[in-house]
Amino acid sequence: MATVSMKKERMKGTGIRKGRAAITFNILGYSFVGLTALICLLPFIFMISGSFSSEKEILLHGYSLLPREFTLEAYSTVFRFPEKIIRAYGVSVFITAVGTGIGLFILTMAAYVMSRQDFKYRNVLSFFFYFTTLFNGGMVSTYIFYIQYLHLKDSILSLILPGMLSVFNMLIMRSFITAVPSALIESAKIDGAPEFTIFIKIIMPLLKSGLATIGLFMALHYWNDWYNAMLYLNSEEKYPLQYMLYDLLNQAQSLARIAAQSGVPMDNLPTNTLKLAMAVVATGPIVLLYPFVQKYFVKGIAVGSVKG
Amino acid sequence: MRVHFQNFRKELKKNKALFLMALPAVLIVLVFSYLPMSGLVLAFKEYRYNKGVFGSDWNGLANFRFLFSSGVGWKITQNTIFYNLINLVTSQGLAIIIAVIISEIKVIPYKKITQSVIFFPYFISWVIVGTFVYNIFNYETGLLNTIITGLGGEKINVYSIPWVWPIIICIFNSWKWCGYNSVVYIAAVTGVDAECYEAAEIDGANIFQRIRYITLPGIRATVITMLLLNVGRILRGDFEMFYQIVGNNGQLFDATDVIDTYVFRSLTTSANLGMTAAATFYQSVLCFIIIMTVNGIVKKIDKDYALF
Repeated sequence: MATVSMKKERMKGTGIRKGRAAITFNILGYSFVGLTALICLLPFIFMISGSFSSEKEILLHGYSLLPREFTLEAYSTVFRFPEKIIRAYGVSVFITAVGTGIGLFILTMAAYVMSRQDFKYRNVLSFFFYFTTLFNGGMVSTYIFYIQYLHLKDSILSLILPGMLSVFNMLIMRSFITAVPSALIESAKIDGAPEFTIFIKIIMPLLKSGLATIGLFMALHYWNDWYNAMLYLNSEEKYPLQYMLYDLLNQAQSLARIAAQSGVPMDNLPTNTLKLAMAVVATGPIVLLYPFVQKYFVKGIAVGSVKG
Repeated sequence: MRVHFQNFRKELKKNKALFLMALPAVLIVLVFSYLPMSGLVLAFKEYRYNKGVFGSDWNGLANFRFLFSSGVGWKITQNTIFYNLINLVTSQGLAIIIAVIISEIKVIPYKKITQSVIFFPYFISWVIVGTFVYNIFNYETGLLNTIITGLGGEKINVYSIPWVWPIIICIFNSWKWCGYNSVVYIAAVTGVDAECYEAAEIDGANIFQRIRYITLPGIRATVITMLLLNVGRILRGDFEMFYQIVGNNGQLFDATDVIDTYVFRSLTTSANLGMTAAATFYQSVLCFIIIMTVNGIVKKIDKDYALF
């Protein structure tokens, strides 16, 4: 009797302690996560708000959460000469579409071959790709090789080819393919289907979510790339959107620095709000697509983080 | 050798289609990753553009001597390792905390919204992040100075205070990667055996004990993998981050110059290319040695935790 009631007492005790711990955790945890989320969100709010503010307000009072004086001035400046922006958008869309389309196909084929248990050299092949993540030529030799021997200077191909195949993506794709039952391949082979047909007709349709995931990884990489443009491009008409934005910001900043030194009034220079409006324009597609693509990224990262 | 070759021919005949399917990826990686490695010999040469990589004259270890006797080599190595270590600790630490908390959140909409928002900075290009940094810290209209003057203080020029930059870089690095890394860890937490939690529940463990004794040990393998991946890149700086946050700001080079930014600068201003090539050679080789050593040690201790 006594032990039972004692046990009950103890249970009640831990119950209360458990309850208290849970409350403490919830208060701390929820606010910590909430605060982090807020910090992740704030810069974007300032960016959007700033892009709708008037230049004068920003110079006088700085940035604010909501525009003090709502205006579309910056956007109308951005689109006053739309050719430049439309062209940069076009370049970005082009390299994203072409690079992702071709790259995804090539990458998936290679990943498929690596996943085939009956292919004798699959490990050699995996190692061939994997080795490049352990060792590479470094920035100088790569740059000189691309320019002097592949003649990529000022070529649009310099934005597409170098980053086309990420070994990390390839390995994730292999994990996706491994999930396809190999009996399907074998039965198709017995029916006499050629390898390539098996890949196109049987494997590809079963890989929809893998293709979507890796495709989005690649598309994001292409869309956000400015580094290759900075290294290899000279002519402005080939600039992708991100690099055009960078170029614009950079010009504005160095102009501002020169102006500050020489005492020229700031009003005549490319403006703060203009830059923010440009940033909004360049980020726009990602924000719009984000609700739809986020789950694929989460899935891809989860698959990628499982070793094997 | 002969036997190998015969085997290869046999396999080639048997799986011709598979060889062909892997071929495009093999060629791309060969041309864009392996062939540029040959440029590493530049570290031991006095490069002349007209003579090309292979025609330039050898100059032994002169490039390395220059690099380290000028003090540049040590400084950029030190900075690179320093930034990688603080970024590793802060961004992984924060991601683990966020992942553990988010996994415990029971209010589903709150969980989904915070996770999406925290993940969002990953999708933004560093160019946009660079805009944020500039708009927060610039002297005239920056958010920071707006707040300071709003509170009645004196404006500060952050760009002339080197010691704050490690903190700024660290914060933005965590900000950008926290969501991505926490997705990795959330996936790991999801993989922890649910029975463990039930058993802990029955034993009366409170939430903190559950995290301490089940969740954290449960994600150990993932943590080790992430650490290994980062240690393997300890001599590589996230070039895009450094370049966009700090820019070409001479005042801050002492505090913020990492190997990659140094190399990039001398590549674009074509200063002493031999010295730069020496820096990348040393970076590539040392990185390779470090990752092989660390992975070897981990493999000895527990095979399951090794990368390969």
